[in-house]
Amino acid sequence: MSSETIKPSIWAFANPTRFMGFANKAIPVLVIITFLLLAVGLWLSFIAPEDYQQGYTVLIMFIHVPAAWLAMMTYSVMSISAIGTIVWRHPLADVSLRSAAPLGAMFTILALATGSLWGKPMWGTWWEWDARMTSVLVLLIIYLGLIALSKAFDEPSEAALPLAVMTLTGFAIIPIIKFSVDWWNTLHQPASVSRLDKPAMGPEFLYPLLIMALAYMAIFFTLHMMAMRNEILNRRIRTMKMSAARKQSVTIPNEGAT
Amino acid sequence: MTALLKREILLSIRAGGSALTGVLFFLAVVSVFPFAVGPDTKLLSHLAPAILWIGALLASLLGLDRLFAQEREDGSLDMLVMQSHPLALTIFVKALAHWIMTGLPLVLATPLFGVMLNLSPLGIGATMITLLAGTPAISFIGAVGAAVSVKLPRGGMLISVLVLPLVIPVLIFGVAAITGALEDPAPFTAPFLFVCAITLFTSVLGPLAASIMLRHSAD
Repeated sequence: MSSETIKPSIWAFANPTRFMGFANKAIPVLVIITFLLLAVGLWLSFIAPEDYQQGYTVLIMFIHVPAAWLAMMTYSVMSISAIGTIVWRHPLADVSLRSAAPLGAMFTILALATGSLWGKPMWGTWWEWDARMTSVLVLLIIYLGLIALSKAFDEPSEAALPLAVMTLTGFAIIPIIKFSVDWWNTLHQPASVSRLDKPAMGPEFLYPLLIMALAYMAIFFTLHMMAMRNEILNRRIRTMKMSAARKQSVTIPNEGAT
Repeated sequence: MTALLKREILLSIRAGGSALTGVLFFLAVVSVFPFAVGPDTKLLSHLAPAILWIGALLASLLGLDRLFAQEREDGSLDMLVMQSHPLALTIFVKALAHWIMTGLPLVLATPLFGVMLNLSPLGIGATMITLLAGTPAISFIGAVGAAVSVKLPRGGMLISVLVLPLVIPVLIFGVAAITGALEDPAPFTAPFLFVCAITLFTSVLGPLAASIMLRHSAD
């Protein structure tokens, strides 16, 4: 008897139907958490003191830096999903990968756009072919290429493996982005938060930044779960349409066949 | 394996000489640049390594969408997947044949185009060596792109979009090595070794990734 009982584990949620039940309960909670974190983070960001060098433009940091972090985190989530597709060939992993790609592209665009707005007053240029910016632009191209690939197949389930293989191949860009500021000494400043010693940033900037990062993560997980729910529903609609069409073709005999 | 290599090369020669088409495309790209930037020889010789590398990059992407498509159409792809040799090795040989037919002719044609672009003999030598070391990586990475889009009816454009971002490191280090050979303070050896490393790395991982893809798309 004891050997027969199935231990509830994380794998239980890998069943699409169970996932739908979980998502329906989790999404309202996640939405509330997201709004709370965003409210606190934005409030803290706006009462942060002016930087002695940058003045008010330092506020752009609270939008720009978390977006850049999330652009890389989203790709990591996609790569983990890709491993799930290749190793276990699980449909939910494909749904996760596919619905994360547009979110990652949006975070990347946000990071590039706010970086450009910040660069104009600080560096005097909208765009520079600096190592960090160029590698993030390459990341955007990879995201858009993956989205194009996911839409290129007639049968969505056929795209699962190509998408996963291509996502893992493109993962090489993530360490390049992370270390681009250390390898090439160009315009963008090196990392100032995740360092081995103390962060090179005062606490009055660090705490709002970290809360904004948490808020961005909450946004991502909320939207990701919503997109996954939509994708599963879309697939069910597609299956129902197919079976309805099949039934119709069985009941109404084809006139040209005779 | 040598038989497969011979078959691949013979096929691409007899099916309309893709090597010649690649070199022709290379010539077209290179000769378009002076029209765009003006026939200033000083500027051209400064830009020449970059022009030659971009031309080689684009020309290498040309035949990629046909790498597995023909085998899939006539069904011999299933034979390649099911044979006793490891599939990754077969793909390695096919990618190598693709490079011999597209990359190698470009390397051999480089001196001619280098002279046309007013590149110094040292620069021509450096360009040839870096192209020789770097263009195989394009074929190996391209094999992944070709395997991914083998089921797509019109995958050519998509392969280029997917593969180009991944070969940017080869381009960066290749051009850096040429600059290092021509200008004194910049080093030549370090970026050149990086190009070699990328080629060796992709020669293993590219065929492996492509073989995972093809094995599952066969059924």
